[in-house]
Amino acid sequence: MNKAEILIIDDEPQIRKLLRINLESNDYKVVQASDAKEGLTLAATHPPDLILLDIGLPDKNGHLLLQELREWYNKPIIMLSVQNSEEDIVSALDNGATDYLTKPFRTGELLARIRSAIRRSQNTENHSVVIAGELEIDLIARTVKKTGEMIKLTSTEYNLLALFAKNEGKVLTHQLLLKEIWGYSYQQETQYLRVFVGTLRKKIEDNPNHPEYIVTESGVGYRFQQPL
Amino acid sequence: MYERKKQYAISILLILLTAVLCFFVVDLIGYRAVALILLLAVSVNAILFDILPVMLSALLSALIWNFLFIPPVFTLHIGTAEDGLMFLMYFVIAFINAVLTYKIREYEQKEQDEEKKANAIKLYNTLLNSLSHELRTPIATIIGSVDTIKDNNTQLSEDMRNELYSEIETAGYRLNRQVENLLSMSRLEAGIIQPKKDWCDLNELVFTVIHDLREDSRNHTIKFVPRENLPLFRLDGGLVEQILHNLIYNAIQYTPENTVISIDVERVNLYCRITVADCGKGFPEEEIDLVFDKFYRLNRTGTGGTGLGLSIVKGFTEAMSGKVTLQNLPQGGAQFIIEIPSEFSQNVDPEHE
Repeated sequence: MNKAEILIIDDEPQIRKLLRINLESNDYKVVQASDAKEGLTLAATHPPDLILLDIGLPDKNGHLLLQELREWYNKPIIMLSVQNSEEDIVSALDNGATDYLTKPFRTGELLARIRSAIRRSQNTENHSVVIAGELEIDLIARTVKKTGEMIKLTSTEYNLLALFAKNEGKVLTHQLLLKEIWGYSYQQETQYLRVFVGTLRKKIEDNPNHPEYIVTESGVGYRFQQPL
Repeated sequence: MYERKKQYAISILLILLTAVLCFFVVDLIGYRAVALILLLAVSVNAILFDILPVMLSALLSALIWNFLFIPPVFTLHIGTAEDGLMFLMYFVIAFINAVLTYKIREYEQKEQDEEKKANAIKLYNTLLNSLSHELRTPIATIIGSVDTIKDNNTQLSEDMRNELYSEIETAGYRLNRQVENLLSMSRLEAGIIQPKKDWCDLNELVFTVIHDLREDSRNHTIKFVPRENLPLFRLDGGLVEQILHNLIYNAIQYTPENTVISIDVERVNLYCRITVADCGKGFPEEEIDLVFDKFYRLNRTGTGGTGLGLSIVKGFTEAMSGKVTLQNLPQGGAQFIIEIPSEFSQNVDPEHE
């Protein structure tokens, strides 16, 4: 398999250097841009497999650049931000960002997010069975097993888990989850979501107080992931 | 301070009133005693008002004394040389009185201003000291560790090297925490905190904070038994998370190792109540009110900290119209109670959709 190519758009040379060394030592090919204009040109002339995009760029707001890129670029874009502003993150995700990381972040986490994003973008065929840790979710038979044992879920719980499973590794915002499961008019009814995520966790997690499958992204949403 | 016009009116009124009163008793006390009483009225004015109204009342009182009391009365004429001297003396004393009193007040004002300024400078220095200490220590750790690792002449064992790496890591986290606190503080100072209310599962939130602090709390026991029937609360989860984080972190920093920190969340009427109790030494009673002040740190504590953590707790709690109280526990240790007014959810039964 070819080395995946990653474009870094960030104005801080130190961060670029850190990212480059880290990514190259993990067998990625790295291209760098220090501002939005250069980033756009590089992305257009030779589309990379993934873009790491800093929100605070000198010549253009990263959110705007994200929207421009999304007009034609459909591979993963991971946003980097220094501000832990939930609104910023939600708006980036709504505008098509694949994922986000807040600086300072652990490089292990960065690599995991990149791997997961690239894997999802390359896996275009739909799997009918999703396996995560000890969970086995059969999307055709609509059944869920944990260590081989059938778990009984209500239909809403199942729909929620199936939506998570189809988006494994991806953070899903509260609004998106509510819209998909309950419908357009329920987008503000986050208490439904809290309750159902709670009961779902009780059924699938080893320890619902320290969830490993459905993790909370504070103020943003939830992420279904392979347990670490 | 009174406004100008009022000052003139009141001081003139006071002199006239005194004169009228004296006019009725002059036969009993004699006109020379009246001079002393009028001087007293001038002194009172001097304590209360600016220099000009006081001068005016000194002049006015002298003329009144002359006109109404010094024989022959109802003329400005002064009969004897003795009375003439008295009148002159009165004039001089009244003015000296006015000027001196005013000067003393001016001096006191200046003194007060200087004290205020000195306090501000002291606060600023405290901030600079604790900040430069709190920021420089981790920076020094990072630079020092990297130097040691890079220096080819030192013989570092694998263990020592790993230790230095984790020192750098810890220092990085510490810096990040300080910056986080400073940002929160400046958001509070700027008054731009607008709580974003949303439904929160506080049990989950507490577990998240405990999880985030797992490294820092490895020498303590954190006890939290979630209440089964806790409703969801409509609060700003981000603010509550930082409040809890600061309270628990504070308890970890200032209580002995191997002690218990217990957390409780409950609904009390229309409030969400969060309690964080520790088994430390508690706070000196006389300092309990000061604990939430900016830059406050117990003198006896040597641990780092900018003294911002608890004032952020207070600021964030109040931004959500809540209140925070601190009390010492009878069995020892301290207990912080946060009470925030909040909507709460009625039961949503998952099995009936």
